[in-house]
Amino acid sequence: MLSLDSIDLAAIGLTLKLATVTTVLLLAIGTPIAWWLARTRSRLKGPIGAVVALPLVLPPTVLGFYLLVAMGPNGFVGQLTQSLGLGTLPFTFAGLVVASVFYSMPFVVQPLQNAFEAIGERPLEVAATLRAGPWDTFFSVVLPLSKPGFVTAGILGFAHTVGEFGVVLMIGGNIPEKTRVVSVQIYDHVEAMEYAQAHWLAGGMLVFSFLVLLALYTSRLKHNWRG
Amino acid sequence: MNAPVSGLLLALGLGVFALGVRAAEVQVAVAANFTAPMQRIAADFEKDTGHKAMVAFGATGKLYAQIKNGAPFEVFLAADNTTPARLESEGDTVKGTRFTYAVGKLVLWSAKEGYVDPKGDVLKSAAYQHLSLANPKTAPYGAAAMAVLAKLGLSETVGDRMVQGENITQAYQFVATGNAELGFVALSQVFKDGKVSAGSAWIVPADLYDPIRQDAVIMTRGIDNPAAKALVDYLKGPKAASVIKSYGYDL
Repeated sequence: MLSLDSIDLAAIGLTLKLATVTTVLLLAIGTPIAWWLARTRSRLKGPIGAVVALPLVLPPTVLGFYLLVAMGPNGFVGQLTQSLGLGTLPFTFAGLVVASVFYSMPFVVQPLQNAFEAIGERPLEVAATLRAGPWDTFFSVVLPLSKPGFVTAGILGFAHTVGEFGVVLMIGGNIPEKTRVVSVQIYDHVEAMEYAQAHWLAGGMLVFSFLVLLALYTSRLKHNWRG
Repeated sequence: MNAPVSGLLLALGLGVFALGVRAAEVQVAVAANFTAPMQRIAADFEKDTGHKAMVAFGATGKLYAQIKNGAPFEVFLAADNTTPARLESEGDTVKGTRFTYAVGKLVLWSAKEGYVDPKGDVLKSAAYQHLSLANPKTAPYGAAAMAVLAKLGLSETVGDRMVQGENITQAYQFVATGNAELGFVALSQVFKDGKVSAGSAWIVPADLYDPIRQDAVIMTRGIDNPAAKALVDYLKGPKAASVIKSYGYDL
């Protein structure tokens, strides 16, 4: 029976690594952004919120094209990375991480923002009267209260990065173990008429995505029921 | 509405109707390397015959997979001769319509002036970080590039500096944006009016790879479409031939 070969397994490993790194980075970057969006009365709330949400509606080709040009040797990001001695980002794992952070940003920021907004002013005021500083308030009050939001954000950010295709295709260069992720590998199999191998990977993706969403929706249900 | 105006409208309507009967549309699948010449040929074809060619571009392997799964193409211009032959043996084409419409040439190209030397020795150097080529599994120009590297004994040394485009257009785009210093592309992509139009290039000698015979064929779906036959005849004609040659193909 035909099943996954070593190249397929490498693609799976790379995809999981990419999704993990991206999710960790996004939780670190997305939390302050979401917090600011949830609390601010600034006029910039609208524009910043819109920029964060852009990948929801933009075709991946737009993001892929701009990243390819901006991160290339003549683009402003490329000039910066070259002057720092890092070379250019397309065709590298780091480049995919940067692209994925942009691409999956709304899937992490929006659940966090909703969670922060749902807390409201009251718990923060109570914490302040108990002389908790801002950092203490954040770690002792906000974090526990918004835990479901973090779970949702983490799961969606991870799953969405696993499902990324267009951007990777445009800036990845299809290099085994560096930029050839599962979705690209499936595409290659289909193009080369290797339908049996395509089925193994595609079926795996289908089951994985279903299980992730199932876990997400069941945990939400439980949470709502308790609350 | 007065009589002359309604008469005019009637005549106009009849004219459009008559045009609709004579002119037909043909769905064409075209290998990515032939994009630029095909756009010109399709425009000329419409002007000269009244028929309209609706053209889709892609890697030959992908177009094959789409055809096998019911894509509505009536004429197929592949980047090789094996794919049309395979379709013919599988009974998907109109027998006797297969012919070579162009012979493609491979070129090592850089967007930078003077980067690629006239003998292609740069390929052996350690100077570049990325060499772009089309996916050899699905694109004949990618397979030809791999053959050249193998023949020059460079498969190992190039190794992980190789980046693959999904088709020859993307392989070109990686080089054109400077993300890859150089790459194997189709001569037709960088050739215009008898010379390489930008950057620097080494036209790979023909003895380093098998000639890229690009065959076209009418698909079974197009058997009753007059525009399909008209397009194939047009491709064999002198006007199309001069366009094809101007992009560096042999005939």
